[in-house]
Amino acid sequence: MKGRILGLAAIGVSLALGVVSAARAQAADAVIDRIKAKKSISIGYREASIPFSYIDAQGKPTGYSTDLCIKVAATVKTALGLSDLEIKWVPVNLQNRIPLVANGTVDISCESAVNTIGRQAQVDFSSPFFISSTRLLVKSKSGIAELADLKGKSIALPINSVPERLIKSLVERDKLNIRIVPVRDNSEGFLALSTDRVDAFSTDDILLFGLRSKAPSPADYEVVGQPLSYDSYGFLVQKNSTVFLSLVNATLARLARDGELAKVYGTWFEPLGVPLSAPLATTFQIIGIPE
Amino acid sequence: MNYAWNWGVLFQSPYLGWLGQGIAMTLAVSVAAWVIALSLGTLIGVFHSGASGVVRLATGSYINLFRNVPLLLQMFLWFFVVPELLPKAAGIWLKRELPHPEVVTAIVALGLFTASRVAVQVAAGIAAVSRGQSMAARASGLSTIQAYRFVLLPQAFRIVIPPMTSEFLTIFKNSSIALTIGVYELTAQTQQIQSFTYQGFEAFTAATVVYMTIALMVTTLMTVIERKVSIPGRTARG
Repeated sequence: MKGRILGLAAIGVSLALGVVSAARAQAADAVIDRIKAKKSISIGYREASIPFSYIDAQGKPTGYSTDLCIKVAATVKTALGLSDLEIKWVPVNLQNRIPLVANGTVDISCESAVNTIGRQAQVDFSSPFFISSTRLLVKSKSGIAELADLKGKSIALPINSVPERLIKSLVERDKLNIRIVPVRDNSEGFLALSTDRVDAFSTDDILLFGLRSKAPSPADYEVVGQPLSYDSYGFLVQKNSTVFLSLVNATLARLARDGELAKVYGTWFEPLGVPLSAPLATTFQIIGIPE
Repeated sequence: MNYAWNWGVLFQSPYLGWLGQGIAMTLAVSVAAWVIALSLGTLIGVFHSGASGVVRLATGSYINLFRNVPLLLQMFLWFFVVPELLPKAAGIWLKRELPHPEVVTAIVALGLFTASRVAVQVAAGIAAVSRGQSMAARASGLSTIQAYRFVLLPQAFRIVIPPMTSEFLTIFKNSSIALTIGVYELTAQTQQIQSFTYQGFEAFTAATVVYMTIALMVTTLMTVIERKVSIPGRTARG
């Protein structure tokens, strides 16, 4: 009997401590503090990461990820009771997005960042909102179907990206004689392909579909090859900002549960001819955790 | 700030090697471009100072064109646009056959850009030599070429050593723009280290130190040259 009371007391104390530490964690969340102090949330966007985050004809950031983050901002607004929360758009690129999130310039980077263990040393990732695979964009009449078909030819890869590392390691492993042309961004990669500087451009397949749909004559280009990877996209937030991160994930969970996420997906991806894939539909079910 | 510092990453394999390759590429691109800039720039500067009419129009146009278009744009134009304007075979050769097309393009673009700036300095240096020198050279029977070779240029070069030092320093820093056409020079290698390790601040700090070291070495070298060649009582020290 005595033992049981002691046990209950221990549980009570630990629960109380737990509540205290949770409250302390809330108070110490750097991102939340910052948003409260500035009355604004800074959202990172990309200039040409179609259809996730890019500049529309009016020069405003738009896209699938951007839409989702506007909903995140709405959640933050309600949760913190900030009626005049302002959204500040900050342009980011492949090289600076992680430092900008780590140093707090950007509260949440909403674009097309692949979740990797290495990156998790510097930033935290939200629940996945997209699954992508590395594939190849080639000219339709080139006859290239797989990476191995590029022997003796050249391939453009976005400098310092996950696909660049993957293709480089495959080329080294299989001793393929493929010349690698690093390019600064996706539009330069497409330019290199369209001017015949290279025979293929490789990055996440969804970005390739986006480039193809924007080409002067999309039929001249094809996305080919087996999926070379399975990459999940997440929003980047500063490390150890658990309160903010759970607001982000809660937003995604709600959107996933009531079917809104699939609808937003449809608006951006159906025009590109990329229907909701089975792995992504399952992902939406997994991230749609209950209240 | 939430950042896990790890300076050790800079000394690990293969990252240390990447930094080394980056430094070598930066030095190679900069020095090769400087050779083009100095020789072509001097030639254009001499013609610009002495000539009139069509020649002066041509040199003036070169200077205005290359000095006023941003280097980033020039790199892009040389790499992506020029091969499309050439006849098809020449374009394909530039894109496919030429070994290391990005490095060659970067050297040429950086060299031609800096040549326009060197030309202006050289022309200014020649203009700064007192007119009596040129007249005296001609009066003592020297040809135009000899007057430039033995009288005007030796004095003009001494005058422009300080601004030339700045140009030489700038070319090392401008060489980082070559990364936009895919040259793995120091800044690109730094970004690659960041991309692999996510230790961007360490990598960029290392690059900063390297650029500063190169700059200090160049400044010291140019000061030594300036002192060695100065004519006592003639050239003001910069």
